[in-house]
Amino acid sequence: MDLVFVIIVEMLYAVASLVLISAGLAIVFGMMKVINLAHGEFMMMGGYVTITAVTLGANIFLAMLVIAPVVVGLIGLVVERLVIRHLYGRLVDTMLATWGLSLFFIGLVTMIFGNTTTGISTPISGFTVGNYQVNGYNFFIILVAIVLLGLMFAVLKGTRLGLIARGAMQLPDMAAALGYSPERIYMATFFCGSALSGLAGAILAPLVGLVPTSGGAYIAKAFITVIAGGPSLIAGLMASSGLFGFISQIFTFAVSPVMGEVALLVAAVVLLRLLPQGVTGKFFKGRV
Amino acid sequence: MATFWTKEVPATILVAALLIWIMPMIVGTFTLTVLVIYGMLGFSLGLIWGFGGILCFGQAAFFGLGAYTYAIAAINIGDSTIPMLLAILVPAAFAALLGAMMFYGRLTDVYLGVITLVVTLILFKFISSTAGPEYVIGKARLGGFNGIPGFQTLNVPGRPNDYIYGDPYFYFCAILLIIVYLLVSWLLKSSFGRVAIGIRENEVRVALMGYDVSARKTVLFSIGAAIAGLAGALFANWGEIVTPNLFSLGQSAEIIIWCIVGGLGTRIGPIVGAAGLAYLKFLLGQQSMIDNTLLTGIILVLFVLFLPKGLVPAIGSLWKVSFGRRRRFPRHGVRRLRGRSVGHG
Amino acid sequence: MACVAFAAGVSGMAETVLETAGLTMRFGGVVASDNVDFKLKAGELRCLIGPNGAGKSTFFKCITGLLTPTSGQVFMRGYETTGWNPHQVAGLGVGIKTQVPNLMDGLDVFENIWMAARRFLSMPDAMRKASEVIERLALGPIARTELGRLAHGERQRVELGLVVAADPWLVLLDEPAAGMSADDVERMSTIIREMTRTAAVVIVEHDMQFIRSIASTVTVFHQGAVLMEDHVDRVMADPTVRNVYLGKKA
Repeated sequence: MDLVFVIIVEMLYAVASLVLISAGLAIVFGMMKVINLAHGEFMMMGGYVTITAVTLGANIFLAMLVIAPVVVGLIGLVVERLVIRHLYGRLVDTMLATWGLSLFFIGLVTMIFGNTTTGISTPISGFTVGNYQVNGYNFFIILVAIVLLGLMFAVLKGTRLGLIARGAMQLPDMAAALGYSPERIYMATFFCGSALSGLAGAILAPLVGLVPTSGGAYIAKAFITVIAGGPSLIAGLMASSGLFGFISQIFTFAVSPVMGEVALLVAAVVLLRLLPQGVTGKFFKGRV
Repeated sequence: MATFWTKEVPATILVAALLIWIMPMIVGTFTLTVLVIYGMLGFSLGLIWGFGGILCFGQAAFFGLGAYTYAIAAINIGDSTIPMLLAILVPAAFAALLGAMMFYGRLTDVYLGVITLVVTLILFKFISSTAGPEYVIGKARLGGFNGIPGFQTLNVPGRPNDYIYGDPYFYFCAILLIIVYLLVSWLLKSSFGRVAIGIRENEVRVALMGYDVSARKTVLFSIGAAIAGLAGALFANWGEIVTPNLFSLGQSAEIIIWCIVGGLGTRIGPIVGAAGLAYLKFLLGQQSMIDNTLLTGIILVLFVLFLPKGLVPAIGSLWKVSFGRRRRFPRHGVRRLRGRSVGHG
Repeated sequence: MACVAFAAGVSGMAETVLETAGLTMRFGGVVASDNVDFKLKAGELRCLIGPNGAGKSTFFKCITGLLTPTSGQVFMRGYETTGWNPHQVAGLGVGIKTQVPNLMDGLDVFENIWMAARRFLSMPDAMRKASEVIERLALGPIARTELGRLAHGERQRVELGLVVAADPWLVLLDEPAAGMSADDVERMSTIIREMTRTAAVVIVEHDMQFIRSIASTVTVFHQGAVLMEDHVDRVMADPTVRNVYLGKKA
């Protein structure tokens, strides 16, 4: 019984962290058809911002939920203005340029913080269920993921901004024809996407030892979750995070964590071969 | 075709011979050897991407696979001849399977990128986790993150104690690169090569002419992997150790950067890009002022933004403008290759 | 079994080279092609017309293999080709020109045409064939020009050259005259008339002027289905056709 509870929590945690990891990338890809390969580095920087803010005396929740997203969002804005905006509509070129950016940020952070592992302790203590130790922080991550999805849904469905955004997603020219500057929309989108990456990196930072190359661990997972999710933003995110989180946890429990990761990647390859348009390209058509 | 044998082949051999003669006076042969190997690796991606339009984010997978195949086979067999052949065949066969899966599924562009990237990661993760004694192939332990050291290095065929190393090994690698270069040049001049270029230009049109595009892409992909595998085996011999880092994403990124900087759609571009950037990295490695990765990143971003065609085509057009000779350069110029997506029905 | 069904369609006279039976294509809830039965005899020239969204292009794509029909069958010269890939259809000796110009922009005219010929001929024969086609279509002056630099009319002509170079017995053209000048259209009609000597030709077209100039049997599509099939003059005189195709007024 205890074991079942622990497994369920672990599984929810795996799904929630995939949602967090992929949300920023999903927004940028869904709205702008830009694959930001520097996404992992944005997360890594979110982690570093949090740690720096905490060492400077900021409250850890403030640092994670506000400071990190804003700082990384602003970095994203600069990146969008300097690089991305010259490459709209050129999918492969943006991938290459953002890959270059990812290397740039790794180098930059290495120069500033050095190539050593840093970290902070989790602000929420664990507790035991029967014979098992449960990390209390997992619940926080699950909560954040749920709130995040709810918020995205509310914004996209409920506000004027969301309506324009969804319009721009369907037909980029239409938004322009209606008098909304696509340039502005893209800027705002990239800011939001980067901020979400920063948030995810900040929240996951207490769980990992942070090094400048940490981003590499995230980007592939985020990348496949988003691509496998397909055109619908939230439904796709939930479907593919759920599927991949489930599969990786099963293999983690049954074999080993490494096999869990490998199983996730293999599942992604198989899924993309069977449904090249992603899960929501086939099912849940037309949802947000 | 006639001018290929009477002009291009002799000219290539002449220029290459000059370079092989002069370069060791400037750079040590130990460094030169790895530059030549990277040149071959860059060339392998340059072939499938620049001439076949296949963007592979995981060329490092074939490089690593070649290196590991060589190391494992060399430990088990002892003589280096068969391991060298296996190091070409195994990646080629692996790529044929992977390519068939992707191309018959009509995956393009970004999906191709995701899958090749993910496959590279799978290999990386798997090989890294093989530290335990249960991961053994024949006599060879896979060794996890520490890799496999101490395998038989290149020897004169049939004489396992006559090692080829040092200067002769450099000449061996250089000559292999020339052979590969000439073979690929010949391939590109053949009907197969021309149709491959046609596929790069417009996949749908070539299919509508009645060519089996999926099969042709799979074959080209496999040829590229064979060359990368050969480069991997040469690298294993040079470094005398193979580690999972050969499969890393960083390695894949570098290969892509070499191609972009050198120039896609040219044969010489990726080779020059690889050797040039690898040498630059070597020089930069001797200082600690600026981080190496940071510079690599900046170079990639700047090239994508300002010189997306790469150095060799740019110098080519500069040459054409300043000397005004009506030579068509480059022969198979890439225009709008990247960033264009061919829609599928 | 496919062949038996097909053979039943042949009635001793000119051979039927293309036939569809109950061809239906649905996109979600939309029926773009509705139970189309279609027959084409060897040497015939047939135009498919109809208002926008009538299902001509969907029908065309189902035949060429660019789309796989939801249900129904396609037969070509005794083969059931339903669900084949475009390259398999083309490999039978079917020449295809799609609606959007589909050419290899980075290669020159000769290379484009050579590649089409090389599919069915040896290297030297393909060279000869390409030169011959270039001469026939008066493409000589631009033979070494990259496709990307050509004007629209020239590109359309090169695309016909690709079709001709493969010596097809069945030619499928989707809007070959779209966006061309009067001179170009004139030249195009001549080329197409020449094609009919060796091949059956299906043309999807909007331009009535052009259809009259090649004067042929016309199949009218409306809402995915075949409305009527007759000579162009009689079709144009038909009040129902005028209704759906030419004017909104009754």
